[in-house]
Amino acid sequence: MSGPPPVAARGLVKRYGKIVAVDQVDLTVEPGDVFGYLGPNGAGKTTSLRMMLGLIRPTEGSVELFGRDPVRDGARKALAGVAGFVEAPRFYPYLSARKNMRLLAAYDGGQARGRIDELLELVELQDRAGDKVGGYSHGMRQRLGIAASLLRSPRLLLLDEPTTGLDPAGMRDMRALVRRLASEGITVLLSSHLLGEVEELCNRVAIIRTGKIVYEGTLGDLLATATAEYRLRAVEPERARMICLAQAGVENVRAEDGELRFQADEEAVAALSIALGQARIGVTALVPERASLEELFLGMTGGDSGDKTPTREEVA
Amino acid sequence: MTAVYRWEIVKLLAQKRTYLGLGAAMLVPLIFVVVLQFQSGGPNDVPLGRYIRDTGLAVPFVALFFMSFWAFPLITSLVAGDVVASESHNGTLKTILTRSRERGQVFLGKVLATLTYTAVVVVAMATVGLVAGGLAWGFNPLTSLSGTQVSTGHGLALLAASIAVYFLPLAGIAAFALMLSTVTRNSAASVVGSLMWALLMQLISVLPGIEGIRPYLLATQFEAWHGFLRVPADWAPVVRAAWVCSLYAFIPLAFAYVVFLRRDVTED
Repeated sequence: MSGPPPVAARGLVKRYGKIVAVDQVDLTVEPGDVFGYLGPNGAGKTTSLRMMLGLIRPTEGSVELFGRDPVRDGARKALAGVAGFVEAPRFYPYLSARKNMRLLAAYDGGQARGRIDELLELVELQDRAGDKVGGYSHGMRQRLGIAASLLRSPRLLLLDEPTTGLDPAGMRDMRALVRRLASEGITVLLSSHLLGEVEELCNRVAIIRTGKIVYEGTLGDLLATATAEYRLRAVEPERARMICLAQAGVENVRAEDGELRFQADEEAVAALSIALGQARIGVTALVPERASLEELFLGMTGGDSGDKTPTREEVA
Repeated sequence: MTAVYRWEIVKLLAQKRTYLGLGAAMLVPLIFVVVLQFQSGGPNDVPLGRYIRDTGLAVPFVALFFMSFWAFPLITSLVAGDVVASESHNGTLKTILTRSRERGQVFLGKVLATLTYTAVVVVAMATVGLVAGGLAWGFNPLTSLSGTQVSTGHGLALLAASIAVYFLPLAGIAAFALMLSTVTRNSAASVVGSLMWALLMQLISVLPGIEGIRPYLLATQFEAWHGFLRVPADWAPVVRAAWVCSLYAFIPLAFAYVVFLRRDVTED
């Protein structure tokens, strides 16, 4: 694909007084990505998305969507082909869902008016479309938010925690919808504090912690960066330990609960097994123990898995 | 631009406070006529008050006078103070600002819709007053402030002109309320604040020793229509109301516009 990327943030900073909500964020979303913006609550995800959507001005740096900057070029130009929402999507409570959709279609220029019913059906709100949004549940508003975004026939969809506050069935449906939209060629950037969700949906991720990006790339690469830890059980632990210590590429050897633990790459482990065999030490178990994504994530985000209940007061 | 304006009107039409203001504006002249039907006295000290039982045409003029103190400022602020704040309150500002409209267009749509509402409440009040008064006392010729008789047809034209010039200071109050609404993001504070502003303007206008600035106070402009009811018409207060009110409207609107364009849209 040619042309500027759907999202390109460069040195993005947002300060509220002394608080730095977003700190030198660089990230690039390529066409066709389902990009996960992962971090605990309050890490700066929403603030970043607000800057992308032109709702707030960056203190420093810039963000471009398909090469257009909401501050420099104005929201109308910069958001052409872009849709999404931050925090929970909001509508006029005193208007029906259909009227809200009509209003938004009119704000978009009116061309999409004919697609309103089709979209309400897609998010399964057709039966309640005449009801005032004031009486809608959180999940229904969330779905209406997706429908309202799709009204713009976006090439890029920015979704802020789209499954937060949904029940398990609602979460499953929302993820299925995101997958379906992505399969139709829409580039998606979704923020989440749920690792499993990002793992399930996204091909690339950026992990943000207290306003800073601590990792950007694929989840697979992230896993590969982790040094693998191995567990060894042998009939003569003490002799086995000596051999481990002597083996090149085997590091951080320690004895725990009658087992040996060490870190090594696969080549070194293969050599070690031969060395043990030659020394006639019977091996009863040699097991790789990769750090889980969860552990990596917790390590990167400072142990805060973000399982707190989200609060609306949060800056980000 | 027309789409934004049209949908601002739809929003106003879907909200209770719009009807509260409109209803109050229409109820006041009605109550006024009913009370005068059962009472012998009358508002003899106010412009045209002496002739109120001579013709229904006098009713809207007398109501314009009485409602300039707090009724119309309140009715205007009620909607103008809410028009931006309610979007903040409902969180819908972010919804509409991420569509294909510039912030300036959204703001302008809100200003025009607010001014439309303001004009509609004055016209509605005058219409109800005219009809109720006419039914009670007939549509007879009007006695002007200069003491001459004015035909019913001419009187109606004068009423229309008076409403138009009466709208100007109300637009000034609406602009102030809209500014508070944009800056404070709080509906109640904006309604109360702009009502206080209107009342303060009146308080200042009755202070002694301020004759020099009195013609330029907002409250004074509510009397500009008296110029039309003199024979020959006195255009000086009308012209002054036009430019003075433009300033009272333009300055807060310009300030609100800049704030609206630059503000960070976050959940409050």
